[in-house]
Amino acid sequence: MCGIIGFIDRTKSRMDGSSIKAALSLMNERGSGDGAGYAAYGIYPEYADYYALHVFFDNLGEPKRKVDELLEQWGEIVHQEEIPTTPQPGIKKVHIPWRYFFKPSEDLMAGRMDSENDVVTYVVMEVNANVKGATIFSSGKNMGVFKASGWPEDVANFYRIESYKGYIWLAHNRYPTNSPGWWGGAHPFNLLNWSVVHNGEITSYGTNQRYVEGYGYKCTLFTDTEVVAYLFDLLGRQHELSHEMIVKALAPPFWDDIDRMPAKEAELNKAVRLTYGSALMNGPFAIVVGTENGIVGFTDRIKLRPLVVGENGNRLYISSEEAAIRVLDPEVKNIYTPRAGEPIVGRFIE
Amino acid sequence: MTLGSVPPKFKVSIDRDECMDCGRCIENCSYGVYRREGDRILVESRKCTACLRCVAMCPRDAITLTEKPIDYRSHPLWTREVREDIINQARSGKIILSGMGNARDLPVIYDRLLLDACQVTNPSIDPLREPMELRTYIGKKPSKLKFKKTESGDVELETKLAPNLKLDTPIMIGHMSFGAISLNSHLSMARAVKETGTFMGTGEGGLHKALYPYQDRMIVQVASGRFGVNIDYLERGAAIEIKIGQGAKPGIGGHLPGEKVNEEVSRTRMIPLGSDAISPAPHHDIYSIEDLVQLIRSLKEATEWKKPVFVKIAAVHNVAPIAAGIARSSADAVVIDGFRGGTGAAPKVFRDHVGIPIEVAIASVDQKLREQGVRNEISIIASGGIRSSADLAKSIALGADAVYIGTAALVAMGCRVCGNCYRNLCPWGIATQEPHLMDRLDPERGAFQVANLIKGWTLELSELMGAAGINSIESLRGNRDRLRGYMLDEGMLKILDVLQAGA
Repeated sequence: MCGIIGFIDRTKSRMDGSSIKAALSLMNERGSGDGAGYAAYGIYPEYADYYALHVFFDNLGEPKRKVDELLEQWGEIVHQEEIPTTPQPGIKKVHIPWRYFFKPSEDLMAGRMDSENDVVTYVVMEVNANVKGATIFSSGKNMGVFKASGWPEDVANFYRIESYKGYIWLAHNRYPTNSPGWWGGAHPFNLLNWSVVHNGEITSYGTNQRYVEGYGYKCTLFTDTEVVAYLFDLLGRQHELSHEMIVKALAPPFWDDIDRMPAKEAELNKAVRLTYGSALMNGPFAIVVGTENGIVGFTDRIKLRPLVVGENGNRLYISSEEAAIRVLDPEVKNIYTPRAGEPIVGRFIE
Repeated sequence: MTLGSVPPKFKVSIDRDECMDCGRCIENCSYGVYRREGDRILVESRKCTACLRCVAMCPRDAITLTEKPIDYRSHPLWTREVREDIINQARSGKIILSGMGNARDLPVIYDRLLLDACQVTNPSIDPLREPMELRTYIGKKPSKLKFKKTESGDVELETKLAPNLKLDTPIMIGHMSFGAISLNSHLSMARAVKETGTFMGTGEGGLHKALYPYQDRMIVQVASGRFGVNIDYLERGAAIEIKIGQGAKPGIGGHLPGEKVNEEVSRTRMIPLGSDAISPAPHHDIYSIEDLVQLIRSLKEATEWKKPVFVKIAAVHNVAPIAAGIARSSADAVVIDGFRGGTGAAPKVFRDHVGIPIEVAIASVDQKLREQGVRNEISIIASGGIRSSADLAKSIALGADAVYIGTAALVAMGCRVCGNCYRNLCPWGIATQEPHLMDRLDPERGAFQVANLIKGWTLELSELMGAAGINSIESLRGNRDRLRGYMLDEGMLKILDVLQAGA
């Protein structure tokens, strides 16, 4: 099941996390109390130029020493601290959430165009694959993911979500079947500025995984959703595709529809399917992705998971349930359900 | 005659109570098992190949066939086969010939791979009610796309696509030459691939005039003998395939016995009537990967870069790096032929001992191409022992784009896998050029049967994909997550990159 929410204020006017918490908790029917999480963009303006690395440490001994070492090797730790939490009876604190503000040294990575991001991607993959007792679960700039095992309101209170103010929010209420209990398995999943909340199961995971692993990504989090973050990073950052084009690659039109398109459009769609066939995501899903330019929501090609969109002025809401949107904004206008595979894009107004 | 004869392989007997003495067995047996003496039909079991033509044609089911009526003293090492091969070679001093694919009783990896299906957490998709996409494009694909914005603000594609073959189903028929098999077999298969939206190979036998109406469904082959190759032939094909090797006999050339080279075959192959057609082991202009690259470019140049060029290699130990080398050329697809691949005629020692299984070859080639970032540069066509839609689905899940079938198509036309294809006596009218035998295969009927087979497998593949919650073939390709190994050892699972059942 799972319930998801995406929110953007296109003018970058920030909203605190209280209504997101309320809306997500409304969808407890869709969860099982085994995982919930939030991603918020715009929350670290004082460190906006640095990568905010959120890490789960099993303890602050060996795992942390290794991560410190790796980060110092690849750049400079500008600031670090334990992420402030408030104990909750419903949450067993199995990890210590920590955050670093990190400035990578650009000149350490050979021959790449986008070396800061490449250094951070490398560090994330290295820690998650090879440092026991440490998981970097968030690595973007001026944004952060907060997640744990538990019900949405407990997780929100644990991380004091109401104290963060963001212009993009993603939230996820989890009914896990894959890896219950593990905090790293909760959503959102993140890499750099890409964050993903996902309701569903990706039946093409093996294909997608082989595809991204060919480009150096390592799938280490025991759940299918992380591959979506890597697909967005690969297609969006490395191949420089627009958000609409990424959605076209991940949930393309059917051949029958392509055959009926005008020649030029058909050729474009055919090229996308031929080139990015291994990125096509199959199986039931509804997904919202947060990016540095906005949010993108879409479903699988035959819409086997619900997705509802609401708008009010500069604010765009995407969720599994209309009721959740109405909790976020009782004044919401223009509520509709997008078609299967249709990209719902919310961008900042320049 | 100190060696004497070996025991007959089969014992044929006629139930005289059932037999109505119609003589159809005599008429149908091209191997001369039956003859009439007076009012009795006599049987010479030693000549029997178990082609089952007589059994299929007997109106009374009066014929019984027993395998190995007399066996040797059993021995685990000195098997019957080993002893007979020695006896035959002691007699002849020659290489032992054989037909069809590897006949050794080795474990079949396909049979130890299991497919997945959805339950509860993701819905299966019903192909009767929802779209199910099997359309497959064979050829080079870009690894990334570039777009540009037009003045009016529209997004336009900047990347140019290379020519690809469009298949409605990922099943093609592999290369079996006219000469090795009859014109009616070719006509049957050509009509079938046209009807089912797929393609077939010509083999190294040229393209007979009667097949011109189907030329846009034919992949023309350029093999080491270059039989039948001229510019007209290349231009007629939908694609061109360079054959380097064959799974049934990696490393050696081909041999079409002169008995099969009648007037039609001679004209189509451009060789003298009745002469043996012997293709050399290597192409005499390919002694390195650079030479292959040049041949690919020459063929493309000759056909104005309009046709995809495939390269077929036998699955040998080093198949993955070889395929990666081919992927770096202008080739559009690599065909990998596993060690169970069939043949009209091959030395038995090659058929049974040289090469590796196709399952392993697909897995390692796909892996190597991905590691080197060239998977999109080339399509992978798997062949050699694909027997069913399950083998097809597993091949694609391991990483193939499509498969070639050979023996399966022959069986659909009547072949009973007796393995005597090199004798020109095929009683089913398939592997023969004898007019009276060839007439037994009606191309219309043959086309119906082959098309039915392709349709049946296509339906089954759709169902298997739907059950796995997948509605387009791209999402099955390389999806080893949906395979599990059963009774495979750890080393094999690692090479296949497949988890153990239960994991």
